[in-house]
Amino acid sequence: MAAIEFERVSKRYGDVEIIRNLNFGVKAGEFMVFVGPSGCGKSTTLRMIAGLETITGGNLSIGDRVVNDVHPKDRDIAMVFQSYALYPHMTVYDNIAFGLKIRKMPDAEVRKRVGEAAAILGLEPLLERKPKALSGGQRQRVALGRAIVRNPSVFLFDEPLSNLDAELRVQMRSEISQLQRRLSTTTVYVTHDQIEAMTMGHRIAVMRPLQADQPEASNLMQCGTPMELYDTPANVFVARFIGTPRMNMLPARIADDGSTVQLFDLNLPVSAQFAEVARNQRGRPVLLGIRSEHVGLAHEVDWNGTVAIEGTAEMVEPLGHEVIVHLMVNGENLIGRQRSHAGLPQPGDPYRMVINCEAMHLFDPATELRLQ
Amino acid sequence: MVRREPSHLWMHLALIAFVLVTIYPVLWVLALAFSGQQSVGIIDLPADPSFFERLRAILPFPEHFSVKNFTEVWTEQSFGRWMLNSAVVSLLTTGLGVFLACTAAYAFSRFRFPGRNQGMLLFLVSQMFPGTLMLIPLFIIIVKWLGLGNTYFGLVIVYATTAIPFCVWMMKGYFDTIPIDIEESAVIDGASRQTIFFRIILPLAKPAIAITALFSFMTAWNEFILASVFMEAEANYTAPVGLRFFVGGFSAQWGYFAAGSVLVSLPVVLLFLYLQKYLISGLTAGSVK
Repeated sequence: MAAIEFERVSKRYGDVEIIRNLNFGVKAGEFMVFVGPSGCGKSTTLRMIAGLETITGGNLSIGDRVVNDVHPKDRDIAMVFQSYALYPHMTVYDNIAFGLKIRKMPDAEVRKRVGEAAAILGLEPLLERKPKALSGGQRQRVALGRAIVRNPSVFLFDEPLSNLDAELRVQMRSEISQLQRRLSTTTVYVTHDQIEAMTMGHRIAVMRPLQADQPEASNLMQCGTPMELYDTPANVFVARFIGTPRMNMLPARIADDGSTVQLFDLNLPVSAQFAEVARNQRGRPVLLGIRSEHVGLAHEVDWNGTVAIEGTAEMVEPLGHEVIVHLMVNGENLIGRQRSHAGLPQPGDPYRMVINCEAMHLFDPATELRLQ
Repeated sequence: MVRREPSHLWMHLALIAFVLVTIYPVLWVLALAFSGQQSVGIIDLPADPSFFERLRAILPFPEHFSVKNFTEVWTEQSFGRWMLNSAVVSLLTTGLGVFLACTAAYAFSRFRFPGRNQGMLLFLVSQMFPGTLMLIPLFIIIVKWLGLGNTYFGLVIVYATTAIPFCVWMMKGYFDTIPIDIEESAVIDGASRQTIFFRIILPLAKPAIAITALFSFMTAWNEFILASVFMEAEANYTAPVGLRFFVGGFSAQWGYFAAGSVLVSLPVVLLFLYLQKYLISGLTAGSVK
């Protein structure tokens, strides 16, 4: 078990900057998920921890040691690749044992350790098979076995589930989580799937590709527990990246008396959380964020402080347990949810829903940061 | 259910005709080798042959069967000695050529260094010149400067260097298809470059190594011109040079020539049959995805 610490870490390929000013830490024993759209540098960051990519600037430490120039094999890490990267000419046993044999561990000890790992992962009947005789999920388990058998101080996962079908992915998701909770090994897990991020991680680091117009900004948008990210997103990017469907983001204005938010011709009472902010920002434009589950039907919800909003139904998506309704209000798209699928509107019909004002998020339209 | 298509008949007849044209010379060599005599005519024609007797004369089928040519080539001529020379030279060439080609190709495939592209291009350019063009420079380098005329090693150096460009291209193409993930995974497992190369990459590259080995072996085994220039002493002849000896200016021992040819071709055939099991694709199946 070891903590990982990023101190002003950067990475560039020639003139192209990929990672800038990365400052954060992974605690010992923690399951940290890096999530973000493609090109955000999450895999590169993981590979820097592994030592497969060099670090252009800053310091990266694992445990108490700065590892910028430490060879991967001396970092005491294990990595599971998206492609599994098994050794195709070796049996499952040899695949798992390879790292131990390389390190000149005595045969008896190798057999014992491989046996334990195989038992944990249910690979015992498959030890003599070659990878090509295994299913996708079994290969994934072998890749896991290869990682845990070495008992490293850090596990690294690079989108390990993206090659599996949906059902298997759900199963492996919980298996990996349980395995990590059981071994308490510091883990960094890269994914572009926010559901994996929300369900697996103790904490999540949301990353974004570097923006040409923000020369100082880092890739890291926010780092926190899944519920922190969900309930108090630090900026518009995180607010819209976490949660499905995306958070509604509407241009609004703080009223001159600072007690309401003016959205179109509506006046939404400011939630207690933003009361002070609203007083300081009187008369200023804001971005109003509201998640779709806080836009509903008046008779289905019992929220305190609702405001009715009327628009035109654009698209209606019945999912069975709920219906996702896309409204067009004054040229802005507003997504809401309702439970009942009786009497659904047709596209083009006028439709009326209510907004839960207590659940609003306010962001600065210029900096896109959460107002606080 | 097979539907009869009359057009197939003509196609097959045409193909059979082509096959006959192709194997006719080979059959003649076989017939000559087993005829037990030295003359190219393997049929005793009467003074006034009929049409069918003339037709019989062009069939590659000897009138008498005998293995005399084979036994004599082996016992009365020094053909065994020449085969041994060829074997030593070819095996050394194969070993040296394959090893150097593998290591070079791995570097070209995995490392980025100045001159990488130019190097690959130079290898390609070197293949554009006919081998005889290099005869005189090679003779000067190997025989005059290095003093390696009449030695195995002189030929081995020349054969290996001429085979390497093709082998490097061949091996590099194959190495490029081995996913880099496998190597990175081995790096993290703690393997050194050498371990990765010998225990991961080479076992996965068996099909390419088999091709490269076969090519190197055949380059050396079949080569005639350089060997005839470099190996002046009769005891040092390689098999192809020895074959030429049977039908030189003084003699026309076509029977020995044919029997020798059959013997020379056998190792290549056997080697090919042996290597065939490695010429399968999909060795990396199951590693990724």
